[in-house]
Amino acid sequence: MQNGAALRAVEISKRYGSVVSLDSVSLDVHRGECVALIGESGAGKTTLLRCFNRMTDPDQGQVLVDGADVGQMDPIPLRRRVGYVPQDGGLLPHWRVRRNVALVPWLRGLPDQAVLAERALRLVGLEPATFGERWPRDLSGGQRQRVAVARALAAGPDIVLLDEPFGALDAITRADLQTSFLALRAELGLTLLLVTHDLHEALLLADRIAVMREGRIEQIAPAATLRDAPATDYVRELLRRARVAG
Amino acid sequence: MSRLARCALFAATFAAPLPLAAQDRETRPIIVASKPFGESYVLAEMFAQILEARGFRVDRRLGLGATEIAFGALRNGAIDVYPEYTGTGLLAILGERPSSDPLLVFGRVSREFRDRYGVRWLPPLGFQNTYAIAVRRETARRFGLATLSDLARVGPRIRAGLTPDFIGRADGLPGLAKAYGLRLASVRALLPAVKYQALAAGEVDVIDGYSTDGLIARYDLVVLRDDRGFFPPYEAAALVGPALATRMPGAVAALTELSGRLREQEMRELNRRLEVGGEPVAHVASDALQELGLTGPAAGGARPATERRAGVAAYLWEQRGRILDLTARHLLLVAVSLAAAVALALPLGLALERRPAGAESVIRGVGLLQTVPSIALLAFMIPLLGIGVVPALVALFLYSLYPILRNTYTGVRGAAPEAVGAALALGMTPGQVLRYVRLPLAAPVIMAGIRTAAVIDVGTATLAAFIGAGGLGDPIAAGLALSDTRMILSGALPAALLALVVDAGLGAVERRLVPGR
Repeated sequence: MQNGAALRAVEISKRYGSVVSLDSVSLDVHRGECVALIGESGAGKTTLLRCFNRMTDPDQGQVLVDGADVGQMDPIPLRRRVGYVPQDGGLLPHWRVRRNVALVPWLRGLPDQAVLAERALRLVGLEPATFGERWPRDLSGGQRQRVAVARALAAGPDIVLLDEPFGALDAITRADLQTSFLALRAELGLTLLLVTHDLHEALLLADRIAVMREGRIEQIAPAATLRDAPATDYVRELLRRARVAG
Repeated sequence: MSRLARCALFAATFAAPLPLAAQDRETRPIIVASKPFGESYVLAEMFAQILEARGFRVDRRLGLGATEIAFGALRNGAIDVYPEYTGTGLLAILGERPSSDPLLVFGRVSREFRDRYGVRWLPPLGFQNTYAIAVRRETARRFGLATLSDLARVGPRIRAGLTPDFIGRADGLPGLAKAYGLRLASVRALLPAVKYQALAAGEVDVIDGYSTDGLIARYDLVVLRDDRGFFPPYEAAALVGPALATRMPGAVAALTELSGRLREQEMRELNRRLEVGGEPVAHVASDALQELGLTGPAAGGARPATERRAGVAAYLWEQRGRILDLTARHLLLVAVSLAAAVALALPLGLALERRPAGAESVIRGVGLLQTVPSIALLAFMIPLLGIGVVPALVALFLYSLYPILRNTYTGVRGAAPEAVGAALALGMTPGQVLRYVRLPLAAPVIMAGIRTAAVIDVGTATLAAFIGAGGLGDPIAAGLALSDTRMILSGALPAALLALVVDAGLGAVERRLVPGR
């Protein structure tokens, strides 16, 4: 909150045919903050996330990254500047781990791509000498997600978009990765936008949580506020169910 | 091999048979052709030898596809002369009603062919080769068959195996059925090359043959008499193309020396020597010309004894030089057409990936080409491209497109969507995604398409023989026409081997392109 919004959406709407995916959504993510988007499938979480690297363009409204309107930007440099971790890792199966991690430094033509890749691998707890020459198919699911995180971080972005990054992992591996991720976040001071359907993950990782439903944000607030002063019945119900489940 | 050497080899292999339109008409060789059956081979070889004996240069294109292809090539000037039958000219080419008077038929075709096509019928050779409806001797005895009327009586108990030609034409089955009130238990379409074996093996009970077929004697068949005079006269004659007819009177005169000289009995004997005795066409033809007093003793002196009964292996070994040449030519046909198909279909498949809206219709359009029967495709191309290597290459090229295009498109479309999505989201341009992600991931599927096309090509290229393009189809077509199994195998075995080798070679290329997988 100290430096203004790193990511900002102003009344953006997006429809796919007759389906309204985003309905006049506004959102600010402050520099160094982690905001989690939570909600059911089809609530618009991923669509909102993808507006920030222009994998999706809204029909209406404005999207700003570091104060600049992304609608006016070439999407390619924007994407190379913003880190991205998809749910399924999305590693290139025909590239070894080291080359996968060096992808963005290579695309940006940075010097010392190998050094950047090794540093990123160490950040996520993978020893380059052990893992650098492996094929993605030879890694466990957790290792693959770590490599995906390393790939997002290798070029040293300030902003990282995460689309259910740990969603496909088993509970123990997930907890393990969440812990490493917390440490990383503290170390790097990243601005993060995180899509998840797991309220506990949101509670653990995020400073604020945006509850989405049917293309709208029902409420955006720190976890304690959501619990103590839910803005809608939907939010109250969501937290009640999570407590029961937890 | 260096690029230059390859080019030279290519030129040397293909230059000779290309259409010689640009060359001086007076000095080019006379192109003598035949249709793909034994008698046509013998007659064409006799034409060729008498022309050579009178000092003309001759280029042989024996065994061209069928009537449409041979006549199409003649009209077009791609060949100069081939043996044809007046009845075929009247019914199959002019599409007129049959007539039973040989003189009237000859007069009609010679006038019409001159006026319509500038093509000339030389005076008939002297014998007729009309349809012969034949049954096994045992069948004839069991049902008491001597005439076609007898056959009509027991028709519902008889299974027929007829050439597709005969089934379709007015002077074939439809007319016959009407004239005799014939109804058959079943009719199967059989190619000329297999119908005698099928009859002998009891797969069918009746076939259509030709009255001068040597195989009628070989299989001890009974020819049923045409007691109602249904079949029109089929007088054999040399059919001469426009260029030869107008510009080389000497050659026409040489061919006319054969007119009226061959009796049906003699022709059947020549066919028997060829089809049953297994003697080479050239020997049979040269003996016939000598007996007619048209040429002197064979120039070559003593002939090597032809041992029909020698084993396949011995025959293949004896023919190894020729087989090697044919294989090299076959491989060139496949390599050139496949390379051209890859050069078009691969970029097209990649381009369609960027415009998926229209992609399916384009690919289906190309797929339609695949459904055109190869002989039909070759026949369609004669008016445009003549005969020989060029239309064969075009046909093989067209047949290769679909598997390569389909696999390229499917491969790049289907390549690991999550990897493609991540690559885009991390800032690869669409071009980079194609080059570094989609293409390498699709490589095995694309290579599978190319390998499929290559193997199909090796097989289809054997049909190139029917339009005079050479290759391993030559001995297959000739062997089928002359019912010489060893000759068929001398083309079919190397072709099969070549398919395996080509597939394995492309497999090695694939392993180099797609390492670590």
